[in-house]
Amino acid sequence: MNKQEKESYLREYALMKQEGKPFFPYAVAKDGAMAAVVMLSIILMSLFLGAELGPKADPTTTTYTPRPEWYFFFLFELLKVIKPAELVQLATIGVPTICMILLFLLPFYDRSPERRPERRPIATTAGIFTICAMGYLTYLGAHAGPPTQIDMETPPALVAQGGEKLEQFEAGKQVVTQSGCAACHKFGENGNDGPGPDLTDIAARLPEQAIARTLINPTAPMPSFQNLQEEEPEKFDAMVMYLSQLKGE
Amino acid sequence: MPKLKLPAPPIPLPKPLPKRPGAPRQTPVETATEAGISAVDWVDERTSLSGAARWMMFRKVPRGTNWFYTLGSSTMFAFLSQAVTGVFLAMYYRPDAAGGAYESIRYINNEVFLGEFVHGMHKWGSSVMVILIFLHMARTFFFGAYKYPRELNWGIGVALLILTMAMSFTGYLLPFDQRSYWATIVGVNINGTGPLVGPYLSDFLRAGPEFGATTLSRFYAIHMLLIPGIMAALIGAHLYLVAKLGTTAPPWLKPSDPVKKEEKA
Repeated sequence: MNKQEKESYLREYALMKQEGKPFFPYAVAKDGAMAAVVMLSIILMSLFLGAELGPKADPTTTTYTPRPEWYFFFLFELLKVIKPAELVQLATIGVPTICMILLFLLPFYDRSPERRPERRPIATTAGIFTICAMGYLTYLGAHAGPPTQIDMETPPALVAQGGEKLEQFEAGKQVVTQSGCAACHKFGENGNDGPGPDLTDIAARLPEQAIARTLINPTAPMPSFQNLQEEEPEKFDAMVMYLSQLKGE
Repeated sequence: MPKLKLPAPPIPLPKPLPKRPGAPRQTPVETATEAGISAVDWVDERTSLSGAARWMMFRKVPRGTNWFYTLGSSTMFAFLSQAVTGVFLAMYYRPDAAGGAYESIRYINNEVFLGEFVHGMHKWGSSVMVILIFLHMARTFFFGAYKYPRELNWGIGVALLILTMAMSFTGYLLPFDQRSYWATIVGVNINGTGPLVGPYLSDFLRAGPEFGATTLSRFYAIHMLLIPGIMAALIGAHLYLVAKLGTTAPPWLKPSDPVKKEEKA
């Protein structure tokens, strides 16, 4: 905007303002009505949806599903869209930070004097695209339930062997499903593909010790299972044993 | 050096004339009105607030101001509602990670008069506020209201948006149930993956390398002292700039031609 455009805007605006009405009571009445609607909707949501308290926080537990508040779903889903491990930083911090900086600096790179949305095709398209993308990611996040079932076949060799090994395998499978691993990892047909890597054939890629190490000292944002290992080592060992049998289908 | 011109000192108002003898006595309503006026006068004489109030309330809003322009004030209203309900929750809440936090929330929900209702208002009010702040931003964006001369106010608004999200992130941990505990661990871990400052930020949030006893009180302090203070100050600045610069007119409206207006009249 050059000086002439600035002055012409200010002149036009002053005229519009002259033709307008005083803030009190005209705008205040609308604001008040809207405030009443907001208050009423908060009260109704509180009455009908309540404020349920889940079970008490327990650092040693294995039955949890880390789920953020719904308006953070789009950030969480971003982790699943951007897959490769070397790009995780980009998804977790990079993209949101870049978006925030772009948002902050918006008036400084969009300097045209035009204000009508239909005459600012780039800005309007970008705005609608952002809204759609956020809406779509939120929708995905809302529907990506934490599956608590894994339908992968037990390796036939293990079934033939039977006995203690098979029992440990089943116990490990139970720990893995209860721990909500499938919220972030894929197991054959089950589970969410990301943010974490596919675990269908994890044993083909990692030896047993490496799996145990990763569980205790994982790559962020995965939570550590160190507490489980210290408190209930047999459950932890079962988990490691189960994962070390996943060689793909 | 140019001469500095000071405003002329105010001239005291002339004293009202004494009543004529035989005039009817004041009714109680008149006495009360007079008392109210003189009380306001007393404050105004010492603060000159009436000028500010007049400036704020009786400024004109441009022609075409519609319901879209209520989104900002209703976001502020949601913030006030969060502040009030938050104060009442803070009266009962104990930021004690050893179990006191969870117990105090259970106490609020089950024992305190209207406890669950206020807790619910605070919980759902955060969703309402997030929705409203995004709608308000969308209105500002599509109406081109962030352009000259309102660039600075846009920046304050973006800061308020980020702080609102930070509020809901820190508040999510406070009930200290399973969901909030594990979601916050993942959230803090996500912060930790950031380049350069990431690890320091997550260490700051956790109050150390591990999620420990002081983490909860740290989140509580950030949630109810640090961020609300900054937000209140920024909302004040945002409002001041709104009143100073005026709200935009809808972009498709142009001032009516003064010549045409005269012809009509």
